[in-house]
Amino acid sequence: MSNIHFEFNHDWLQILSVPFMHNAFIAGLCIALAAGVMGYFTIARHSTFAAHALAHIGLPGATGAVLLGLPVSLGLGIFALGGALVIGALGKKASQREIATGTVLAFATGLGLFFSRMSSSASQQMQAILFGSILTITDDQVLGFAIFDILLLAVMAVVYRPLLFSSLDEQVAQAKGVPIGVMNVLFMAIMAGVITIAVPAVGTLLIFALVVTPAATANILTSTPLRSMVLSSVLCLISIWGGLVLSAMFPAPRASSSSPSRRFSGSSPKVLRRYVITEKKTNYSLRVISISRDDPQTIVKSNKMTGL
Amino acid sequence: MAQQTQVERLQQIATSSDEPALVFEDAGIKRSERVIWQHGSFSIPSGSITAIVGTNGAGKTTMMKAELGLLPLYTGSLTVLGGPAGTTNHLIGYVPQNYASDIESNLTAEQSVLLGLTGTQFGIHPTTKAQRAQAREAMAFTGVDDKRHYRLSELSGGLRQRVAIAQALVSGPKLLMLDEPLANLDLAAQRETVHVLAKLNHEMGMTIQVVAHDLNMLLPILDGAVYLLDGHPHYAKMNEVLDADLLTHLYGTKVQVVTTPQGDMFVTPGPDEPDDVTPDIHKPSEVAGFHHHGKANPSANDTERRNVAFSGETPRHFEKVLSRAHHRSTRQTDKERKDINDANTEHKEPMQTDVEQSSKRQEGRR
Repeated sequence: MSNIHFEFNHDWLQILSVPFMHNAFIAGLCIALAAGVMGYFTIARHSTFAAHALAHIGLPGATGAVLLGLPVSLGLGIFALGGALVIGALGKKASQREIATGTVLAFATGLGLFFSRMSSSASQQMQAILFGSILTITDDQVLGFAIFDILLLAVMAVVYRPLLFSSLDEQVAQAKGVPIGVMNVLFMAIMAGVITIAVPAVGTLLIFALVVTPAATANILTSTPLRSMVLSSVLCLISIWGGLVLSAMFPAPRASSSSPSRRFSGSSPKVLRRYVITEKKTNYSLRVISISRDDPQTIVKSNKMTGL
Repeated sequence: MAQQTQVERLQQIATSSDEPALVFEDAGIKRSERVIWQHGSFSIPSGSITAIVGTNGAGKTTMMKAELGLLPLYTGSLTVLGGPAGTTNHLIGYVPQNYASDIESNLTAEQSVLLGLTGTQFGIHPTTKAQRAQAREAMAFTGVDDKRHYRLSELSGGLRQRVAIAQALVSGPKLLMLDEPLANLDLAAQRETVHVLAKLNHEMGMTIQVVAHDLNMLLPILDGAVYLLDGHPHYAKMNEVLDADLLTHLYGTKVQVVTTPQGDMFVTPGPDEPDDVTPDIHKPSEVAGFHHHGKANPSANDTERRNVAFSGETPRHFEKVLSRAHHRSTRQTDKERKDINDANTEHKEPMQTDVEQSSKRQEGRR
């Protein structure tokens, strides 16, 4: 660790003002809102591990989509939704079956790796899928996130009380006439959507960082569900935006993080990485150039970061 | 004194209730192709407090779920508050076992009680002042008004139980059903819960049904009991159920009924059984098929028995036990029990013990 240097970048404001950073900020806002709202119910319904597993179930979908030349989000979304519907249909108890969930999680992760090894493009995107790459989010994706958020808020406003009631005690809610089966499937389906839009920010491995941890913190600090959701969203937003600002100020070996642990991960001490923004008329694209520390003139690898 | 109020209350119920709260007609229930209980034919009067008793696995919680329409009957019918089971759930308050014991959300007691009122509403409905007042009233009734801003996770088991009752009460039910409300509570909390139930029954005339293992705490307030025995549910008034032989049969272990000079009654486990005595124990799955006094085998004897069952009285199989107890207990117990037992057994000839044994064996074979 001693030969890693974080240098303060005096041009950080300039970096923050480039268009892909704008996209990252807006996407971060959308993701924070969705994750904050769903985080409360994820904890209330004891579904935190199921949420974590859903992201992993999405992994083979994501790498498989790259293999087939489809958008990553599409494959991820379809697999996560499929997994969500199965878990939801099995009932609330199923989301607490940790052994079965963990087994499926392991299988899905292995399958995801298998798909990624079958093509070089999938292999290149593996890290972005596992750990996220919020800087490569496109305008279209941001629009999709915004539409998802509006839908999410509309649906939640309608089902809020029955969902909360069934989270509190399923038997009582069922006796009073709440359709708990529908609530289960709906909750898991929304969860799949939230995971699909949160993966570009934190990847499939670190979904806990956005969906569960802020909500759990908010649960301790507030005493009503609504306040908890608002605070949880704010905490998510601070994490994502704070990560973006920090990574602009201190160009770390690997940036674009909402979770401090991520910034240290995945970088070899022998290699420095720099983000280079290349401009082609209107499109910005991002290159990660890895430079050998021993000989700074040598470019070890140059990867174009493509959007999820 | 206590006896007298009990009698008065029974009379009051008999005169005030126009229709029974629950009517079972030849009801039977299966779970994954296994018969839990069947041939349940009895009715429970409105305004009464009833216990559902039986061994573990006898189907007590299953009975509550059937009454709520959450589990379908495979035979017979079940009428709750004038409608088929499941159609009148808005008039029922249900308190499950271990309510919110593993809660991880930050809900306060008041929010939880409010959900009993608004939890089924889809759409955007801000909580009104009237709803808050209603929730406050229900919490005041169960004595947790001062705890309304506490989180459920901060409350003790007894207080959480009372929040659960308040949640069930807030929508103004006619029938309150509680599943093991006294389990895991200490003596003081048990007493408070029982006190709340008695108050609900007295002041609001609410019909109450309680699943219970330990009858002692509930004895002073109970009017009757549904006992799940040998795979059949039966309803009997309290003084009939409080019989050592029946309870021994019911729990599968030696039980004594102790009556103090003041008239209080206690149910206690008997002294350890000698090795050569086998208590009369059957698994529910074994005994569900013992005797079919239903439609399967309509002999003259069976028809008579079914008629007895339909009239809401104790079926003959248990009257054996009751009458046996009656012969012994008339010496020592109060007049009221004598009257009721006489009423039950007057049309039957007293049976000898050996006759009983053989008839039991016959039934076992059938």
